[in-house]
Parts: sequence; structure tokens; C-alpha cells
Amino acid sequence: MVIELGHFALALAFAIALVQAIVPLIGAHKGWSGWMAMAEPAAMAQFLLTAFSFGVLTYAFVVSDFSLRVVVENSHTLKPMLYKVSGVWGNHEGSMLLWVLIVSLFGALAAWFGGGLPPTLKARVLAVQAAIGAAFYAFILFTSNPFDRLAEAPFDGQDLNPLLQDPGLAFHPPFLYLGYVGLSICFSFAVAALIEGRVDAAWGRWVRPWTLAAWICLTVGIALGSWWAYYELGWGGFWFWDPVENASFMPWLIAAALLHSAIVVEKREALKSWTILLSIIAFGFSLVGAFITRSGIITSVHAFANDPERGVFLLMILLVFMGGALTLFSVRAGAMEAKGVFGTVSREAALVFNNILLAVAALVVFVGTIWPLVAEMAFDRKLSVGAPFFNMAFTPFMVVLAILLPLGSILPWKRARLARAAGPVLPALVLAVALGALVWAMQTGHSALGPIGVALGAWLIAGSAVDLWLRAGRTGMVARLGRLTRLPRADWGKAVAHAGLGITMIGISAMLAWSQEDIRVAQIGERYDLGGYGFQLDRVQKLEGPNYISTTATMSVWRGDRQVAEMHPEKRVYPVAGMPTTEAAIDGGFLRDLYVAIGDPQQDGGWAVRTYIKPFANWIWMGAIVMALGGLLSLSDRRVRVAAGARKERGPVLPQPAE
Amino acid sequence: MPRPALTAALLLALSLSPLLSGPLEAVEPNEILADPAEEARAREISKDIRCLVCRNESIDDSNADLARDLRLLVRERITAGDSDTEVVDYLVDRYGEYVLLKPTATGSNLVLYIAGPLMLVLGLGGAVFYIRGRRAGRDAGSEALSPEEEARLKEILGK
Repeated sequence: MVIELGHFALALAFAIALVQAIVPLIGAHKGWSGWMAMAEPAAMAQFLLTAFSFGVLTYAFVVSDFSLRVVVENSHTLKPMLYKVSGVWGNHEGSMLLWVLIVSLFGALAAWFGGGLPPTLKARVLAVQAAIGAAFYAFILFTSNPFDRLAEAPFDGQDLNPLLQDPGLAFHPPFLYLGYVGLSICFSFAVAALIEGRVDAAWGRWVRPWTLAAWICLTVGIALGSWWAYYELGWGGFWFWDPVENASFMPWLIAAALLHSAIVVEKREALKSWTILLSIIAFGFSLVGAFITRSGIITSVHAFANDPERGVFLLMILLVFMGGALTLFSVRAGAMEAKGVFGTVSREAALVFNNILLAVAALVVFVGTIWPLVAEMAFDRKLSVGAPFFNMAFTPFMVVLAILLPLGSILPWKRARLARAAGPVLPALVLAVALGALVWAMQTGHSALGPIGVALGAWLIAGSAVDLWLRAGRTGMVARLGRLTRLPRADWGKAVAHAGLGITMIGISAMLAWSQEDIRVAQIGERYDLGGYGFQLDRVQKLEGPNYISTTATMSVWRGDRQVAEMHPEKRVYPVAGMPTTEAAIDGGFLRDLYVAIGDPQQDGGWAVRTYIKPFANWIWMGAIVMALGGLLSLSDRRVRVAAGARKERGPVLPQPAE
Repeated sequence: MPRPALTAALLLALSLSPLLSGPLEAVEPNEILADPAEEARAREISKDIRCLVCRNESIDDSNADLARDLRLLVRERITAGDSDTEVVDYLVDRYGEYVLLKPTATGSNLVLYIAGPLMLVLGLGGAVFYIRGRRAGRDAGSEALSPEEEARLKEILGK
């Protein structure tokens, strides 16, 4: 019964979304305040109904209601509770429900925090958001209904893919979705502004916090996924340039560009039409991502053709929203007259270059991702585009970006003299070059990757410090330190996020340049050396987990005569899903990870063992977390809180998505 | 392990994670060549060769049987005295350009290679054009908000 209520609530939310997409638009056009005002309660009702529906599906998973098809296919009574809950979004139907829940959540948040918005703009934003929602409600109800019942309920389920039964992956999709779908509200703001025909500094202020929130969630989501791949796949890879990864990376790059161009709109009233275009494209890439991952088209054109219903539906959503928005843009963009005037060397110009680099980098990823498809359909060439291509084509953009960033971020607005502005960052430059040279001298081999990565990272981190230091004024050491603590949080956020990028760059280049690897058959009790550590396989046992059987090894790690770690790499078999997984053992450290994975027993005794030393591995994800923290700091800045329309009597409320 | 089923599972997850094909027992101890220099060459070549039945994985990373066969084949060619390019050409002859994870820059593929630099040039050109326009400053007075706009901004921001 409760299941049917959940299904019904979803259908009702669909109906409300349809009304909310039309009535406020007409109201805003005609100036009828009553028609506009209905958007707010409608957005709330839509969210509550969808939340109820999602709650019902979660309940079905928690109590293992095997009359539901999705529960049977993705759950099992023996599964730990955490994974019963995460199983809700670990499948197509449930994940689309999560998607639409977040669409309605952002609509409700915009209604809630949008007190300061002009009524017509607010009505239009909520209407566009509801239109997006309506499209996805229709998608779920007509092609991917999670509340589909089975005529005969089996006694138990088929279990969730064991690879997804992991804490890192349990929270990876919700964050990614908050990011993907968070960009929908920027899209709604952009389209509403186009309909309105007016983009001003205030618009920039409203859009920025939403972009920031979406970008933070994407950053966390991508980092979680990458970290998961690192410890779960058994050989320490962290990024594969797989289409599904690229699908999340492209919106991240565009959101990062949008974040920066919105500043120019807000502070200088320039780059307006470009910012609108980025808002549209950012969400467009989210939709492309949904299409790529949901339709199966990248795996194989033929898989797509066999079951085209969902893919075609998503493609229609993509075409209608992108086509509509871009047409509107081409008609109205001319009206967005820029006001701010600035010189060739200025903060504005630097941010323009930031945007070009990020946007073109996203485009390179996009072209590489869809090229196999285009080549097959248009030129009848079956080919692959993988990591070697992306590493070559993408990396230069990030290198140039990192070189320009510390300088660009301290340039004054409007007009600057390069020689004068560059003075203060000179120490950072010297430090970075010196570090790079030191690393070059210390390393064995002649790879340029490590030294360049370390130098760039150091340049970014030291540059951020210089940035803060300059913001603290010009007089007196003590006075400066005092002013540092009173700087707006946005300034801290900017410096912290930029430093985070530097940390990640150091981590990635160190990992790629200096990883050490050993693959061997290890006998029990035998000791072998790698990178100054001695490894010894002590014993291998069979253990039983709640829903899996584990082969657990015990390995001791020595540095000379001193034992530094005991590690327990595992191999698991999940009997219900019939699938093995590797659980690598990682001894994490600030400067290096020791990484051990155990393989199969060998015929003539011993076990296949893979051992890796991954220098600076944690810096990759630490940098991402620092970037997200920088975003949070910026989001909590008073300026943003005021701009988001938090009413005075309510005090400072953050426009944060529920996490 | 049946790859299509895995791929389906992956797509269902809508996760980032790509190669989620389970444990990646890529290079096995018994495949490794005795000569470390030859083995290093084999590893480098393997990183650029696609496992034909996998999703975007190189044969160096994949645990599929076919990937193992290809790894052994690469090592066989190397021990037979082939140069790196000869090994790759041999594989392309047998399996088509599909095996290359980095496609050759020939024919229509040039689009793939030119797209990035071309967009960059166009973007930079557009930016220079735009910034010059900004610098000209059609109207010196337009920089500041008009008094009405100022008042409206204040009102909107609830100050």
C-alpha cells in the first residue's frame, strides 16, 4: 500500500511540475502576481511529494520488499544496512528518482532563499526549474518506474553489485548528483534572465552561490569516485578517462569556468552573455553525462540500438532544453550589453583567459569522449580514444592554467601594470623553480613530469599565500597579521581553493612519475624489498563476512629491522552475485602510501602479490577536499549570504544543499 | 567473467568508476619477461593497447583473458626482436586501429587532434577582440551604475 502511495506521490509531483512550469511564466509575462506567486508553494509541494516518494523507495529497500522489481534486482536480506540504503541509488530507476529529487530540492531551495529576487525573475526561475523536473518525472514514470511490482515476489534478492558495496561508493552518487543537478538551477537562472532580458550585477550575485554549491558537490563526488577506484581496483589507478568519468569531469570544468566568470558579472558587469552561455552549457554537459551513462551509447552503438527507449527519451530532453535555451540565447544575447571597461592586463582579462582554458579543456574532453562514436557513424572507422590521448591533449591546458593562475589572481581590476603586479609573486616563483630544480636533481631517471608538477604545485600554493598576504594591506607585520584574520571569507576561500589545486597537481604528478611496482609470486615467510621497505607474506586465511567469503593475507612491512606496518589485503567472493572483488591493503602516509593486493594462489605454492609504493598519493584527494573547503569558505561569505536573499529577520542562512 | 553483464552493472551504478570489472589482476607474475629492459618495453607498449573486449581499458590494466593473450603476444614479439613500432604495427594489422588507445593522427582523425588547438586559437582570438572592445570604452560613463540602478540594487539586496 505504502508503495502505491509513493508511486502516486511521484505522479502528483509530475502534475504539479507541469502546472508550475506554465502558470508562473504566464503570470510573469502578464504581470499577474497571483499567477506568479503559485510557483513558490508549488515548488515546496513538489519537493515534499518527491521526498516522500524517495522515502518510500528507501523503506522498500530497508525492509527488503521483494515485491518490487528494483529491490529484487539490487538487494539481498543479508546485505549490511548501509548498502541496503545506498542500493536505492545504486540502480538506474532509483538513481533517476534521486536525480529528480535533487531537481525539486533545488527548486524548493530557490523558492525558500529567493525572497530578495524580483517577483518576475523568481517566477520564471521556478517555472524553468519545474520544466526540467517535469521532463525527468515523465522519464521516470514512463520508462524507468522504480515502483514496478512483480506478480510473484521471490524469497530473496539478487544482491547489489559487490563493487558498489563500499562506503566510498555509497556516497559518491549523491554528491555527483547534487553537483550535476545543482547546475540545473544556474540553467534556470540563465534562461529566466534571457526571458527577462536583463542581466546585472545582482543576477551575478544570485547565480554564483548556486554554481559554487554545485561545484563543491561535484568536486567531492569526483574525489570520492577517484579515491574509491584507487583502493578498490587493486593496482592504485585513480583516473581512467573513461566516458563515465569524463561525463562528470566536463560539467566540473565548465562549472569552474562559470564560477569565475560570474565574479566578473558581479563585480564589473562584463562577460554577461558569456556567463549566461556557460550556465546553459554547464547543465547541458550534465545532461550529456546523463545521456552517456544512462543510454549505454558509449559502450556500444548496438547496445543502444537494442534498447533505445531510455536513450531516445534522454536525447529528447537534451535536445529540447539545449536547443530551446540556445535559441533563446541567440535571440536575446545582444540585449546583454556589457558595462565594465577594462584593460588588456587586468583581473577581468585574466579571468577571460581562465575561462578560455577551462572551456577549451572541457571541449577537448568532450571531443575525445564522443570521437569513437562520430568516427564510427560518419567515417565508418572503429577506433578507441583512451588515457594516452587524453593525457597528451588535456595536460597542456592545465599546465598553462597553473602557470597563469597565481599572477592572474593578484592582478588589480580594470587596469594593471604587469611589471608592478608581478613583483610580489616573485618570491613564490623563485621558491617554485628552486623546488622543481631540487626535485630534478634528487630523482633518478630523467622524467620531467615530477619536477614540473612539483614546481607548478608549489607555485600555486605559494602564490595563494602571497595573494592573502597582499590582501592584508601594506603596513606593519602585526597589523597585516591582524587584518589577515579579518579578511572576507571569500578571499580565504579563493586562496584555499587555489592552493588545493596545487596540492592535487603535486599528488598527481608525483604518483605518475615515481610510483614503484613489484609483481611476484610470494612464498609464505619469504621477504622481498621494494623502495627501501621489506615486505613479508606471513599467512593467508579464509574468513567469512556478512555476505561474502574472504581470503585475507597478513603481511608485515619492515624498514631495516623495525616493523612499520602490518597489512591485510583481501580477496572477496560474493556468492549471491557470484563476483570476486579485491580489497587492497593501504598503509597511508603523508609522503607515501604502501599498497598491497593479493591475487590467486599459484600451482607450485605461494600467492601472486602486487606491491606498490605510491608517493604523495593522498595529496590528490586531500587537494580536492581543500578545494571543496575553499568553495565552502567562499559560500559562507557574508556577501553571498546577503545576495542569496536570506531575509534579515531570519539571520544568516546558508544556501547549502542538504547533504 | 561476462563483460556485457559487468558493463551493465557499471552503467547502472552511474558512477565515475569505469573499470569496475572487479579485481584487476592485470599482469601476472608468470607473464613477466626475464630481461627487465624488455619487460619495461612491453609494459610501455601495453599501456597504449586496448583490450578489445573491455570498456576503455588497456591490456596492461585488464584482467580479461583476451588482454592476457595480447600481453603475451606483445612479449613474444619483443623477444623475437621486434622494435616497439613493429610490435604495434603487428597488432594493428591483426586487430585494426581499434586496438590503439591513442588513435593515429591520419585522415578524419585529424579533426580530433586539431579540435583542441583550433578552439584555443579561436577562443584567444575572440578574447583579444573582446578585450580590445572593452578597452576602447565606448562610453566612459557606463562604468558606474546609474542612480536608479544603484537604488534598485540596494533594494534588491535588502540593505
